[in-house]
Amino acid sequence: MLHLILFLFFGSICVAGAVNLLVQRHPIDSALSLVVVMASLAAEYLLLGAEFVAAIQVIVYAGAIMVLFVFVIMLLNAGVEERSKGSRVAILLGIPGVVIGAVLVAWTLLHRANAETVAIGALPGYPRDIAWLLFHDFLLPFEVTSILILIAILGAVVLASRPEAVARRHHETETAKPAPELVGAGKER
Amino acid sequence: MSITTFVIISIIKSVAVIFILLTAVAYSVWLERKVSAHIQNRWGPTRVGPFGLLQPLADGIKFIFKEDLTQPHVYKPLYILAPILAVVFAITSISVVPFGNLMEIPEINVGHWFTIGPIETPFQITDLNIGLLVILGITSMGVYGVALAGWSSNSKYSLLGGLRASAQMISYEVSLGLSLVGVLILTGSFSLRDIVMAQQHLHWNIFLQPVAFFTYLISAYAETNRTPFDLPEAESELVAGYHTEYSAMKFAMFFMAEYANMVTVACLATLLFFGGWMGPVLGPPLLRMVLPIVWFCLKVFFFMFLYVWVRWTLPRFRYDQLMAFGWKVLLPVAMANVVVTALIVAWRA
Repeated sequence: MLHLILFLFFGSICVAGAVNLLVQRHPIDSALSLVVVMASLAAEYLLLGAEFVAAIQVIVYAGAIMVLFVFVIMLLNAGVEERSKGSRVAILLGIPGVVIGAVLVAWTLLHRANAETVAIGALPGYPRDIAWLLFHDFLLPFEVTSILILIAILGAVVLASRPEAVARRHHETETAKPAPELVGAGKER
Repeated sequence: MSITTFVIISIIKSVAVIFILLTAVAYSVWLERKVSAHIQNRWGPTRVGPFGLLQPLADGIKFIFKEDLTQPHVYKPLYILAPILAVVFAITSISVVPFGNLMEIPEINVGHWFTIGPIETPFQITDLNIGLLVILGITSMGVYGVALAGWSSNSKYSLLGGLRASAQMISYEVSLGLSLVGVLILTGSFSLRDIVMAQQHLHWNIFLQPVAFFTYLISAYAETNRTPFDLPEAESELVAGYHTEYSAMKFAMFFMAEYANMVTVACLATLLFFGGWMGPVLGPPLLRMVLPIVWFCLKVFFFMFLYVWVRWTLPRFRYDQLMAFGWKVLLPVAMANVVVTALIVAWRA
């Protein structure tokens, strides 16, 4: 009973945060709504007995990724976004897509309502179990994912380093004289 | 233990811990002023009470009665939310810190109709099996308080302070987290109580993981924005950084958050590397119950003193030095420590 109440409570906070994310016009308000969504999702994981996943959800998503979002919004000083009417394709394809998806999910859930269920906390949730799954049963997919992330990081580095800056740095190391415009320039780090 | 007893005990423990934490925060400020004064050959606060001991109380009253200015150019919802976030996250993270061993209350009969106990409960609000991760999670959320304060104040100094703070805290959180991995590999548990129990008989992690300890200490200084890493509020260049536009109680909340974070970080250093509440325990049962807490408090006090000592000894880094040190020195050292520890543990297994 308590579980159901808490589930509904955090679930409605989560949905409210998601709606607010779309409604708010200032990027920072939207980003903070996303933080609320992430945090309430973590609470839902906690209710399922997956404490480790909940903690990681907060540390990685709410604590690291969203801080970077907020950081970038602050850095660029992004203003209020403009409202567009929305594309016709989005309306024509999106609304039927959402309806079909919702119907499918509801139908599947109702159809399998009396299928086997698992008690709360019965699924592996302890760090030891998750570590065993990650580093034993699913080692290859796990490592492949990490390489994927590494490739993404390399791509970001390549995109972020402007060719002229690289050329200037080469020049600088060859002549061993610091170029005056580079001293203390914040973008070099 | 019935649910009613559990709720009552939890409430009592929470109130007691928050009260003690806030008192500790107030007296760390006093300690800071006193020690800094003596380092600089001054007296520090002497007027209010003996040795100026009532100074924190006087300061608190002053903060309450100051005018709470809200500049017209601020973004009000976040301007008000930011100090609340900062102080809430700073105080919450103490909830999983164990202060001592078990507290055993024998059966007490109050009159003929009411019985208390016997109760056996840890000196800790709650013992989670992911306690360390909870602290890391809450500390990482604490960045929002600082970042939003800087942004919503809508002034140059605040924004620069907020940007610096968030960049610095994200950077040093990585090496902070990695420095803890060595301890976790040795203990095999995220529970702070298990980590302390693994350090019995002076098998303190400081002797097993000295590199991790110093990495942790340095990153913790950066995480709490203390000198030599206090770039976010560098008063000689940014007025006061992210809290430039705050006054009265809102400013005091940032101040409290900073010192509460210091206390948490000092508690964590004690628990992870200095054996927590472990120490010589003797005497009657009551003394046996209290002595561990005394050892714990003494160790935390030592770290608080170290904080102040470092602040008034070292000058501030330059910002590029700070970033270069974090990413190019501290992070590789922390990573190497993890790899070496893992190899040794695997080799001995």
